[in-house]
Amino acid sequence: MSAVVETQNLTKRYHDKLAVNALNLTVQEGEIFGFLGPNGAGKTTTILMLLGLTEATSGRASVCGFDPTRESLEVKRRVGYLPENPGFYEDISATENLLYMARLNRIPDDEARRRTSEVLDQVGLSEDGRRLVREFSRGMKQRLGIAEVLVKKPRAVILDEPTLGIDPDGAIRILELIKGLNRERNLTVMLSSHQLQQVQEICNRVGIIVKGRLIVQGQMDELGRAILKERQWNFLLEVGGGANGLENDLRAIPGVDEIEKRRHGLFLRCTRDVRPEVLSLLARKNIPLLQLRSEDPTLEEIYLKYFREA
Amino acid sequence: MSIVFWKELADHFSSRRFMILLALIVLIGLWATYASGQAIRQDTENTPTQYVFLFLLTSGTGTVFSLATFLGFFGPLVGITLGFDSISGEYARGTLSRVLSQPIYRDSLINGKFFAGLATVAILWGSILLLVIGLGITLLGFPPNAEELWRMLIFTAVGVFYVGFWLALAMLFSLLFQKTVTAALASMAVWLFMTLFVVIISQGIAGIIVPDPSTPEQLARRADVENIVSRISPSTLFSESVSILLNPAARVFGLALQSQAEGILPTPLELGQSLNLIWPHITTLFGLVAVCFGISYIIFMRAEIRA
Repeated sequence: MSAVVETQNLTKRYHDKLAVNALNLTVQEGEIFGFLGPNGAGKTTTILMLLGLTEATSGRASVCGFDPTRESLEVKRRVGYLPENPGFYEDISATENLLYMARLNRIPDDEARRRTSEVLDQVGLSEDGRRLVREFSRGMKQRLGIAEVLVKKPRAVILDEPTLGIDPDGAIRILELIKGLNRERNLTVMLSSHQLQQVQEICNRVGIIVKGRLIVQGQMDELGRAILKERQWNFLLEVGGGANGLENDLRAIPGVDEIEKRRHGLFLRCTRDVRPEVLSLLARKNIPLLQLRSEDPTLEEIYLKYFREA
Repeated sequence: MSIVFWKELADHFSSRRFMILLALIVLIGLWATYASGQAIRQDTENTPTQYVFLFLLTSGTGTVFSLATFLGFFGPLVGITLGFDSISGEYARGTLSRVLSQPIYRDSLINGKFFAGLATVAILWGSILLLVIGLGITLLGFPPNAEELWRMLIFTAVGVFYVGFWLALAMLFSLLFQKTVTAALASMAVWLFMTLFVVIISQGIAGIIVPDPSTPEQLARRADVENIVSRISPSTLFSESVSILLNPAARVFGLALQSQAEGILPTPLELGQSLNLIWPHITTLFGLVAVCFGISYIIFMRAEIRA
């Protein structure tokens, strides 16, 4: 395993605003890396710097072993990039759009034609190759964008918000497509998104960026543990009958940090395992227990937590 | 670069915008030539005995402009039309970041676009001239001679530079203003300024420098000042070069004193001599194009390409 993308203290400053602040990011060969963060966190700026489309203020980046500012052509030869809301030449057909990009990649014409029909097939647009892009729906354009990225047979692809503005079904199809490509071609994928729940299933690793700073990066399961060290114990408690005053009694138990009302019962955030105390409390008060379930923090919660704190 | 060049050229030729321009220019061009051709046929006495073909391009009848004037007026429009959305349009469509994330140098894109525009202009200008020559042969009954052809060829080259200036300017604006409409309006504003207001301003400045011309010398001086000031406008540069290029008998810009004109034989100038007269104009036009394009080039190379 070697790093396809590696940044060291990558920083971008616009006038007095730090868009990206000393970012240290690694994407390993063959993995799907989710680059997550709220809107305006600096995801796109980072991606632009990785592709040499904008210059970093300071710091260093290396993509496939090349410096994107000075050797941008080498980087672009190996890396496919799908921008947010990809645009196409609307007055020509999907195939012609792909052929133009293939020509810009200096792929010989007959080879380009072969690859074009191959990638259109792969993204499920083989029927629509001759249609004008103007007639395409948003989801189709997104898939066409992925096809175009694949025409150059890249080593890695960088996808900026690939599921933005697409209906849930379409988004799932796109994510499955990405996952399939990763598996079949051993393609390294870096995808940015602000919708964690959508992408978390296909990502091997994620990095969360908020206000230009990378807060955490790692494998999905590591992430929860790393972040929520101090609040690992979460329980869902559901009791039968009236539970008047139960909340206050629970709060009196040492270790219970927060109590949140859920539709079915109470959600307890604790600093230690309080289950024995809770059970004995219920027994004492004669309250029937329906369920007491340990709930591991989901990445969603971690993510929201950071969003709020940011 | 050639890939972008051919793509852009194909785009220009298949665009509706180009069709409209072509139809407009061909129609008016043919009409202007036909009108002056008819005038020449009916009024042979006032027609010079030599270089009738060039006269065909430069003489206007009472109601119709001459072809040369007309091209000088519409040339900028062609340049602006071809250039005003070259970069901003790619921004608006969201194709710029996709194209530039392909392994091409950034300047290939802007060079390809600029030269495709120039090539379009050259083809347009050349075909109109060929049409006019064809029509002229039918109307006049004889073909142009070699010198006339040379002069028309150089006229085409000067015209391409002239329109090239407007193309480069429109491209610069399309880079500066990311809104297509703003770029178009800004280019139009410069065009109107250069064609209409420069005349007024140069008259004003000449009026300040030479307030009350009473002697012929002062009058000539005033005209000179006016000429010099108005030469900041590429339109003036173009129309002056054309007036020398397509009229071999012409040898001065503006007014000439009686004493200066004394002893000049009213014979046509040789091509080389005519060229000597307008050499500064051509150089300046070329320089303007280079400066405009150079600025766009520098801005574009350093720009951040955000989708």
